[in-house]
Amino acid sequence: MKALNQKHADEIQAILAKYPATDAGKRSAVMPLLYLAQQEYGYITRQAIREIAELSGITETEVASIIGFYTLYVDQPSGKYRIQVCTDLPCALHGAEEFVEKLCENLGIRVGEMTPDGLIKVEAVMCLAGCDKAPLFQVQSSEGLEYYENQTVESALELINKLRQG
Amino acid sequence: MDMAEHILLRHRDIPELDRVDIYRRDGGFEAWKKVVTRMDPDDVTNEVKASGLRGRGGAGFPTGLKWSFIDGQNWPHYVVANADESEPGTFKDREIMESNPFQFLEGLAICGYAVKAEDAYIYLRGEFWQIAHKLDQYIADMESAGFLGDKLFGTNTRLHLHTHLGAGAYICGEETALLESIEGKLGQPRLRPPFPPAYGLYGKPTIVNNVETLTNLPVIIARGAAWYKSIGTEKSPGPKIFSLSGCVNRPGNYELPLGTTFRELIFDHGRGLPEGRKIKAIMPAGASSSMIIANEEALATPMDYESVPKVGAQLGSASVIVIDDSVSIPWLLNKTVHFFTHESCGKCTPCREGTYWMMHLTDRICQGEATMDDVALLQDVANQIKGKCLCALGEFSIEAVLTGIERFPEDFASATEKSDS
Repeated sequence: MKALNQKHADEIQAILAKYPATDAGKRSAVMPLLYLAQQEYGYITRQAIREIAELSGITETEVASIIGFYTLYVDQPSGKYRIQVCTDLPCALHGAEEFVEKLCENLGIRVGEMTPDGLIKVEAVMCLAGCDKAPLFQVQSSEGLEYYENQTVESALELINKLRQG
Repeated sequence: MDMAEHILLRHRDIPELDRVDIYRRDGGFEAWKKVVTRMDPDDVTNEVKASGLRGRGGAGFPTGLKWSFIDGQNWPHYVVANADESEPGTFKDREIMESNPFQFLEGLAICGYAVKAEDAYIYLRGEFWQIAHKLDQYIADMESAGFLGDKLFGTNTRLHLHTHLGAGAYICGEETALLESIEGKLGQPRLRPPFPPAYGLYGKPTIVNNVETLTNLPVIIARGAAWYKSIGTEKSPGPKIFSLSGCVNRPGNYELPLGTTFRELIFDHGRGLPEGRKIKAIMPAGASSSMIIANEEALATPMDYESVPKVGAQLGSASVIVIDDSVSIPWLLNKTVHFFTHESCGKCTPCREGTYWMMHLTDRICQGEATMDDVALLQDVANQIKGKCLCALGEFSIEAVLTGIERFPEDFASATEKSDS
């Protein structure tokens, strides 16, 4: 079964066309293809790994090693919305650590955990290149990735309520 | 020393500069047309050499000189824009790409022409997902306007731009790790030499330049190297975007001539520190930075590639983090060391193991369970990492550690007081 290729044939062709028409060029498609699978399924499934390995001409183990190396890829269900708060030095100097603690306290979870409904996961992450707008976070979901800057616990909870209502 | 106009952050003077028609109305793509129709590629390189432009990603290497190293015997050539901006404290390339994208893309095109590349890649950190999608649209806009593609301006010049998204790995800002990542591999640095101008993307000669560096090019071509050199200092010419963050009232990006003092950036543009707080330290190059004691001499130091080393640090990418007197240096080192431990790619032992042990030692110091012997051990581990890593990440991980312990000993004395007594 070629699930990805059936549903996204044009997109896959467009991805492959970005790179040279050689074996090395084909391999370059692996990262964009992983994003495509993640958008399609919410995480990268075993089936998708097999298909991506075939499309990019590398082994399944090599595809899995790339998923493990890069932090934005996930290979298991992990919350519909991942709220990733930057707590690196410049943001920490602007209260990002207290922000993420308080936010989690309000949600009844600990940092790094998922809410019981499986919708929201809150994580502390490394620099997001928005150091002048702390506290800030990105929301990662199957729809992509969005930034929310100059946040308060209240504004973040309001957003979470909206996300929950879909 | 204010800039009369913005050169890199021009969108602050001209609204809607991210629209191709507005950018054209303001003289956009004239430099691109000029190089393709009226200049030899080597003339472009010579003009950039004459401008004195130095790489804005952190190393400050002369841009035109880098281009001249490209191997003319091996084809095709590639150009890669480093848009991986991930240094804690750095957020300048993001503003350029979000708000003045065409000047960056025009600069990338000019670089492509100068080194005779027909394909150029923009490597963006995965978190810049939205920006990458916008850039795809802007590239399409340029293609429809005839500024990208084949037979440009009726000549045989062709150039295609492509975006490539990383997926959350600081190390990919290192140029050879970045190239590995485009090749669909783990982002781990290569042993150098050979350097990318000889052996780069897919083993072909490649020039990797930072987004801000490339954004300077259209104005250098349009207004000339002599004009460009009138800004900044003799050895560090041109404008620079300083990303100011940390304990200041107005953090943000400030475009100023190289050579502007720390005092002017922090106290005039950044409006100083919140009331009741005193400046204690400055990190001029993000988390990779040495820690400068913020005394009168340091504040009066011009921020350029030659002057900052005189007060014991590097200008780097000019991401200035201000630290006030309420911040404990052991806490700060714990933050930066955690960052580098998380981001170490694991390829070379001194960095992989060294950052791990530094993390445990700084954890212990912050938990109040350490003695001065642990601080000495931390220093020892850092010194063992020094000079032994495959790339700059490992070397950068110890800058704040060594200078923090050396320059702020009282903070370590008080952090270890309980266990020492």
